[in-house]
Amino acid sequence: MNGIRSLNRREFIALTGRTGGALMLGSALGVMGSVASAKNVATPTGGAGNALGVFVTINNDGRVEIICHRAEMGQGILTSVPQIIAEELEADWNQVSAVLGKADPKYGNQSTGGSASIRRFFEHVRQMGAVARDMLEQAAADRWSVEKSQVSAHKHGVVHKTSGKRLSFAELAEAASKLPVPNVESVSLKDSANYSLIGKDDIALQGMEDIVRGKTIYAQDVRLPGMLIASIERPPVVGGRVKSFDASEAKKISGVIDVIQLKDRSFPVDVKPVSGVAVLATNTWAALEGRKKLKIEWDHGANVTHDSELYKKTLIEKVASKGKAARVEGNVYAHKFNAGRTVEATYTVPYHHHMSMETPAATAHIENGRCRVWSGTQTPQWGKTLVLEELGWDATSDYDKVEFNTTFMGGAFGRKGKNDFTIEAVELAKATGKPVKVVWSREDDVKHGFYHSIAANYLKAELTPDKRSDNWIQRVVAPPIAWIFNDKTTHLQDGDLSLGFADIPFDIKNLSCETPEVTTHVRTGWLRAVGNINNAFALGSFVDELAVKAGISTQQMWLNLLGKDRSFNPRKEGFEGYTHYGQVDDGKVIEEYLLEIARFKGVLNEVVEKSGADKQLPEGQGWGISVAASFNSYAAAATKVKVVDGKVTLLEMHTAIDCGLIITPDRVRSQMEGAMIMGVSMALESEITVKNGAIVQSNFYDYPVSRMPQIPALYVHLVKSNAAPGGVGEPGLPPIMPSITNAIFHASGIRVRDLPVKKMMKV
Amino acid sequence: MIKLTLNGKAMSLDAAPEMPLLYAIREVAELTGTKFGCGLGLCGACTVHLNGVATRSCVTPLSSAQNAVVTTIEGLGNDETLHPVQAAWLANKVPQCGYCQSGQMMSAAALLASNASPSDSDIETAMQGNICRCGTYPRIKKAIKEAAGNIRKVKA
Repeated sequence: MNGIRSLNRREFIALTGRTGGALMLGSALGVMGSVASAKNVATPTGGAGNALGVFVTINNDGRVEIICHRAEMGQGILTSVPQIIAEELEADWNQVSAVLGKADPKYGNQSTGGSASIRRFFEHVRQMGAVARDMLEQAAADRWSVEKSQVSAHKHGVVHKTSGKRLSFAELAEAASKLPVPNVESVSLKDSANYSLIGKDDIALQGMEDIVRGKTIYAQDVRLPGMLIASIERPPVVGGRVKSFDASEAKKISGVIDVIQLKDRSFPVDVKPVSGVAVLATNTWAALEGRKKLKIEWDHGANVTHDSELYKKTLIEKVASKGKAARVEGNVYAHKFNAGRTVEATYTVPYHHHMSMETPAATAHIENGRCRVWSGTQTPQWGKTLVLEELGWDATSDYDKVEFNTTFMGGAFGRKGKNDFTIEAVELAKATGKPVKVVWSREDDVKHGFYHSIAANYLKAELTPDKRSDNWIQRVVAPPIAWIFNDKTTHLQDGDLSLGFADIPFDIKNLSCETPEVTTHVRTGWLRAVGNINNAFALGSFVDELAVKAGISTQQMWLNLLGKDRSFNPRKEGFEGYTHYGQVDDGKVIEEYLLEIARFKGVLNEVVEKSGADKQLPEGQGWGISVAASFNSYAAAATKVKVVDGKVTLLEMHTAIDCGLIITPDRVRSQMEGAMIMGVSMALESEITVKNGAIVQSNFYDYPVSRMPQIPALYVHLVKSNAAPGGVGEPGLPPIMPSITNAIFHASGIRVRDLPVKKMMKV
Repeated sequence: MIKLTLNGKAMSLDAAPEMPLLYAIREVAELTGTKFGCGLGLCGACTVHLNGVATRSCVTPLSSAQNAVVTTIEGLGNDETLHPVQAAWLANKVPQCGYCQSGQMMSAAALLASNASPSDSDIETAMQGNICRCGTYPRIKKAIKEAAGNIRKVKA
């Protein structure tokens, strides 16, 4: 909170080129000098940021401009962050516009992932709005020569409580901007009972009209004068290198300006480029045509032996024996399992790719000792650090020489948290001295991703006579994401194991959660819900199998296993390494984010009640349910399918979500809808495989994702909650896949334990 | 030099005739509302109207647009008025990331130009070539029906 100050009028004009009076909350940070902008990219009029990460400008005409410092990839944060600020500010939503912020640590954390924007920063964002409101109230109090307690902000103005006199924000903005900024701890926050924007369904979403007019600028759309377009042929195998290449034919293509070999990179692969040969041209088509003419001889490196089918078999073997313990309660290995009451199963999911509609793209220009970047990235500040490193510039003294602009992203799902494509643009901009936009083709995207890890989960449990379990073994193995940063990594890390695995909240006497050793051969990465994908598929399927064995409903099986309502802290129940995407602060699990068994049950019961998943269905139809908690939210899914002659058809899908306090209900619904649809793709047909070290798939024909006719009626049930806000972008996905495969079982008796379903059934 | 009418304006685009229309629109005419998605005509992000027909511009050579009328998302409505499809998209809060939506709306507008009252199955057939990874299909379906209703009302 330190360092906040209001900018005076002269500074404001200097920063923004505007001549209007304004209240702007900012801090003294290095502001980029005047630089030419991209031809078609709007940059924030406020160039600076503040420690809270949010930037409020009120113009003379009363319009409020709010910077959204978190990256927008379709989740709707461009609405939600300004909405929270406008709530505390008492601003009229119709007079608020939102602008994406550049990379700047003064905004606070900008790494947009882990469903964290609201979950972790709600209070800070509120405070930013409240500080601005407090200054407007002070300005009005000064004008009327009354105590600040005599006035209050209301509907884009400040009212004197006793006389009813009113001054608009426009009338107060300039005076307010000259006041000292109050300490954030001293400003009051609204009582949630008085919210007029937060949680309301009828507010306009920011940025929508630009989208429907085709005006939104994504990273692929950035244009700079004199810009070259680069298309890069990369080594097919991770760790591969260019042995030699011949560009003579490529250079004959009209429009091709240059062919440049990117520098070799070493292990660990990190989030750096993977080298290759770039064709630079005046237009994308020429670059692509030139690339087709390249002749490259590769040194594939050691990973050329990687074959995902064989690898999967080894993963299945690994989870068949004991692995490194992540959490142990009691002594399950001293127990003799009763075969008649025991269920044992292994579940596998393949590698997955994000398949954002917009493939990665970034533009860079280095000129007069400064570097400007435009990138569609989830991690702008990390990206900026990597740019400095790439250029050999000092991370501190040269920091302001890099201007890192963020654009809208045409989907991201975790992929664009890695800035390899941004660094490619910087490397080529440095090599050419010209503005360079790196554009990835769809094939580049599919073959050079950071994949969700192929995984095997093993579970074994014995039912008690009262249809719970007191003896449970579970194991998970997958190539860990940590490997990209440290190639000596041989096991999944505590963070991975905290994603619906060793944090299993069941009331079990003897429990062992383990992870065997593994080797890694492709770039692994975060993909929406990350390890929850395989963990929730395995657990959701296994509970269904236990229910079948016990002869009770899957809902009842979950309730029995969950046990009594309680606050569950994995750290106090044998999983000392528990960490959960920022849930742990200063080594302590934040009390308000303990796993609440009642909330698990709440969404489960809600989805069953609303869907009617407990009702009888005709022959050949079945309901499947599942539930998962992730990113501090609870989501349950119910899917109805029919299976005729081995062909699966989805009939309807429901999701119930308890994500605590809801900011933007429509965007929660849209995220749940999207999660169901992505879950359909993952369950039924998407799969990345690897042969001779190289990714086999290349485009939508061999990495199919759901199309409209496959999607049944979708229903979202929002569970009202006053709990602290949980995540929204990811939690909807994990229960979807098991809800589908469980439904297939109940419709047909066919148990799918190896995704995608298309390998054993028609979809 | 290819002569065409783009969003109502007669123009000549100086590009190789075999350049995909997508790149001529985006990089020569500098209209970036039309998007690259796959390069193979599989995803529909690049959909434009070529003489009124929904066309995948990533697999259509610029030469096909010689003397033709091409409409992109920027020309679907105008500054003052949105096309009923755009208006319905806005009213139903269809987009998430928005990247595929230009192509979705162009396909939807072409459908409604030839079918004033599309059934669910008509909509699915017309829209199955347009992928949305964010998962906006149910809202697209709803918006198309709403747009169809509004167009019928105006005509009635």
